[in-house]
Amino acid sequence: MTTPPTPAADKQPAKREHIKAIPVPHYGRWVAAVVVLVGVGLLINAFATAKIQWSMTGKYLFDDQIMKGAGNTLLISLASMALGLVLGIVAAIMRLSGNPVTSTVSSVYIWFFRGTPVLVQLLIWGNLALVFPTMFGQNTNDVITPFMAAFLGLGINEGAYMAEIVRSGIQSVDEGQTEAAHALGMSKGRTLRRIVLPQAMRVIVPPTGNEFINMLKTSSLASAVVYPEVLQKAKDVYTNNLAVMELLFAACFWYLLLTTVFSIGQYYLERYFSRGASRALPPTPLQRIRANLFPTRRSGVEIR
Amino acid sequence: MTTNFDKPAPKAADPGRPMVKAEDVCKSFGAVEVLKGIDLEVGSGEVMCIVGPSGSGKSTFLRCINHLEKVNAGRLWVDGELVGYREKEGKLYELRDSEVALKRRDIGMVFQRFNLFPHMTAAGNIMEAPTQVKGISRSDARERAHQLLARVGLADKANAYPAQLSGGQQQRVAIARALAMDPKLMLFDEPTSALDPELVGEVLDVMRGLAEDGMTMIVVTHEMGFAREVGDSLVFMDDGLVVEAGLPREVLTNPQHERTKAFLSKVL
Repeated sequence: MTTPPTPAADKQPAKREHIKAIPVPHYGRWVAAVVVLVGVGLLINAFATAKIQWSMTGKYLFDDQIMKGAGNTLLISLASMALGLVLGIVAAIMRLSGNPVTSTVSSVYIWFFRGTPVLVQLLIWGNLALVFPTMFGQNTNDVITPFMAAFLGLGINEGAYMAEIVRSGIQSVDEGQTEAAHALGMSKGRTLRRIVLPQAMRVIVPPTGNEFINMLKTSSLASAVVYPEVLQKAKDVYTNNLAVMELLFAACFWYLLLTTVFSIGQYYLERYFSRGASRALPPTPLQRIRANLFPTRRSGVEIR
Repeated sequence: MTTNFDKPAPKAADPGRPMVKAEDVCKSFGAVEVLKGIDLEVGSGEVMCIVGPSGSGKSTFLRCINHLEKVNAGRLWVDGELVGYREKEGKLYELRDSEVALKRRDIGMVFQRFNLFPHMTAAGNIMEAPTQVKGISRSDARERAHQLLARVGLADKANAYPAQLSGGQQQRVAIARALAMDPKLMLFDEPTSALDPELVGEVLDVMRGLAEDGMTMIVVTHEMGFAREVGDSLVFMDDGLVVEAGLPREVLTNPQHERTKAFLSKVL
């Protein structure tokens, strides 16, 4: 009984009446907004009236010691992440190789370092002198300095996580890509470097950025081996002046600053590696903010 | 689309020597026997089309020719050289990866799903192997890429990424990418099977032009029209065996075997 659709060319220019309907009232949203705002207000009030000398936090924010600690936090995070990245790529390739020995060694490495807490690992590195009094002909405590203990502890632990990230990235690349490269006469190494890894990067970069941001925060555990990163420095200060909370907030400020800066960097890195993956470029930060603020509006921007 | 290609005929081989020769080629994946003894010859400059139902082993045979799959039994030669092995004093030695790669340079392959490198532009895809494998300078490779793109009718798409191209355009870039290595043999693995019907023609036109220029081609296809018009020979495969082979017109119009008749009655 259906009539065939009218071809567009035959269609009369109709007098359209645009729909003017009364929108559905979202009472629930208003209630939720009020509840949340009241909660936030109470929280702010609690901290504003608490026994915190905010001026102390402000005073120590840019204190030389604290700034030096923040610099050390950045240094140890970058160094450990670099070590983790190298170990991760090596372990991933070992695990994917056809050689049963290398792949088993890699699996055991990942199993051990992912299966034990990083704080325990740090303490083991820091106390290595108890079981190996000398190392490379030197006093172990001269070799395993607080920096080395933190660097090895955080970096080797990170390598185990990075190995899994790199492996999943490599495996996410379609096998047809390798075949096409081989069919063109490209060697295995060149195929990995030129064809597989660049495409794997799109999968590897986002979790690696998260790992790095985690690393900035996990580096606070290095205070357990008395590496003078920002938390350790804050502790040093507050054991003298007893402004505990004030200095912990100062440390928080630096962690937040560092993680924010690197989150922005991560965004641009992801944008770079996604080229060719979709027809349009990913949204710019401004489009993203707009899309986040007005999630109901169809902005035509897809957030990924 | 013009198919008036400027490329001279591919490197001439010995007139008598076949470009591809297969003797009792067998291939199994685990317990599954996919090829059960293939014998055939493809002459230099010949276009051979291979047809048959899915699972008959056509694609596997094609992949054996450039050693993407290892042959389990039998012998396979390309341009007089054994594929994948070296025979010395009655013993077979596996070739190193680098030796296999060297031989693959001369064999172009076009895949059903194009397999373009998505992180490179069309020109980048074409330039990749010449610059990386043959060490040709980027400027020379770029010039050649533009020529090849013009040849497949995509002169204006040099800077487009694969995701910005239609299936037919992607497959034409893939053909140009294979041609950039100046192969003496081109393998086509169902090059039009993943395309919308209206895009099939543009790819077949490019292939027809290649055939007219004298390229040796082995084409696994379901396009019977193409096989009839362009093919010098037609092979019907089923269940890992060559059932029937001959001139395309004869096999298609007057098949001798029951299996061929049954297959053709369904696809024609």
